[in-house]
Amino acid sequence: MAYALQQLINGISLGMIYGLIAVGYTMVYGIIGMINFAHGDVFMVGAFVALISLLLLQAGGVLDGPAAILVMLLVSMAITALYGWTAERVAYRPLRGSFRLAPLITAIGLSIVLQNFVQVSQGARPKPTETLLPGGWEVMRDGAFVVQFSYSQMLIIGITLAVLAVFTVLVTRTPLGRAMRACEQDRKMAALLGIDTDRTISLTFVIGAALAAVAGTMYLLRYGVIDFYIGFLAGVKAFTAAVLGGIGSLPGAVLGGLLIGLIETFWSAYFSVQYKDVAAFSVLVLTLIFLPTGLLGRQEVEKV
Amino acid sequence: MTASDDRSGAGRGGLNRPHQATAPLLEVDGLSAAYGAVQALTDVSLQVMPGEIVTLIGANGAGKSTLLMTLCGEPKPRAGRVVLAGEDITGAPTHAIMRRGVAQSPEGRRVFPRMTVRENLLMGAEALTRGDPTPQLERVFVLFPRLKERLAQRGGTLSGGEQQMLAIGRALMSRPRLLLLDEPSLGLAPLVVKQIFEAIRALNAETGLTVLLVEQNAFQALRLAHRGYVLVNGRITMAGTGQELLARPEIRAAYLGGH
Repeated sequence: MAYALQQLINGISLGMIYGLIAVGYTMVYGIIGMINFAHGDVFMVGAFVALISLLLLQAGGVLDGPAAILVMLLVSMAITALYGWTAERVAYRPLRGSFRLAPLITAIGLSIVLQNFVQVSQGARPKPTETLLPGGWEVMRDGAFVVQFSYSQMLIIGITLAVLAVFTVLVTRTPLGRAMRACEQDRKMAALLGIDTDRTISLTFVIGAALAAVAGTMYLLRYGVIDFYIGFLAGVKAFTAAVLGGIGSLPGAVLGGLLIGLIETFWSAYFSVQYKDVAAFSVLVLTLIFLPTGLLGRQEVEKV
Repeated sequence: MTASDDRSGAGRGGLNRPHQATAPLLEVDGLSAAYGAVQALTDVSLQVMPGEIVTLIGANGAGKSTLLMTLCGEPKPRAGRVVLAGEDITGAPTHAIMRRGVAQSPEGRRVFPRMTVRENLLMGAEALTRGDPTPQLERVFVLFPRLKERLAQRGGTLSGGEQQMLAIGRALMSRPRLLLLDEPSLGLAPLVVKQIFEAIRALNAETGLTVLLVEQNAFQALRLAHRGYVLVNGRITMAGTGQELLARPEIRAAYLGGH
């Protein structure tokens, strides 16, 4: 029981990270119908930017825990957002109106470019960092087993919820969010209403990248080790999460992320750690076969 | 009795008199456009004066919708000029054109299916750079009270007639100088068509809104419009006042089913 509770805590905090990345997949898919396979690497870039800003802060020796984390987070979001904007501008926009596969292939190319860029510029070895937020809250004790809700997990869950709340308000309540939804539903009509659709698409990439940067920063804080390759696996898992939740659905992406995080964690805890990725990807296969629209995907009938 | 006398309540003068003195709101000169390799419009020239209802009639595939879309910047014209209120807008991006006071209720209505009626209408006010959309919302409700009852309903769940009202209402939200209407009568019950044409007439009469109306329903459109153009295979073949065109035997034979 205590063991399961611990897994639940671990699974939720991991799932939050997947969910944040999955939102970026699903947003871009919603607005231009493309799976941005470079998105996982944007997450990786976010983690690296966070690490670099942390090292700079430590070199300066000015800041302590919470303030340092906040600075890392904001710097990472800003710089990674710039990456997202550039990627769309350079790699995807010139291909708009091209055949459907073209941007997809470019995305894979961009993913390779980002990985190699970071590998060359930062080195291939894993980068460890000291734990910024040690300790945690002891939830319960069952014999020798202590259920711990670590401060880094609390931070992940707290920040993710806060970011998602802001993001939800942005999408549902603001003119930008309306413009994004309009572009998603009928881009040509959105343009006919005076919306600069290119700009809206750019901002979608920017927001997706900023959310991935939050995930990257959280990943760094929680696991303490990153390398140039973390984006691949995290990206594919977040993609699985987006498909499971129903690609194009924002709440679905978060739900899918949580489920993938939980499935992976529980599988590792009760069956085998080695096969945890197999478990996560089996979910992708099963979803595609039996529930192609995902859990919260669109099934409503629309009048034309 | 001329067509304009029917609308004398609007306080405007005769058909051509006031218009000749002023500059056209929309001037299309030698416009050609194509979709890929398919030539859709050839050397189209037309004018719309401020306060006029001008209709464009023609068979399916004659290029009517393409013309409206080309005026809105997509597809880009291959040749010719589009001038809006003295300003050359040829080749400008769609969103920039729409922000200069053009609004379109397009073919197929294109209501946002997963937005509520209210959100759809607010999207229409997007081109209003500033100001509160509420007064305009109220005006749209006066015109189409039905929309007010459906405010919280999703666009995709409305009936065809309601969607058409929503598409027109949405176009009006930006308080356009020029309203482009593409087949507002398509697929609607006669009673609804009458209601919508009545709304267009009222808008024009009360606010002086300029309308360019594309219609297959030539009889109704010509009765409503001050002037009309006939489009055949992407070219303008005839022009005249609504009454004149209605009286032409070839128009009666080709577009009015002989009555």
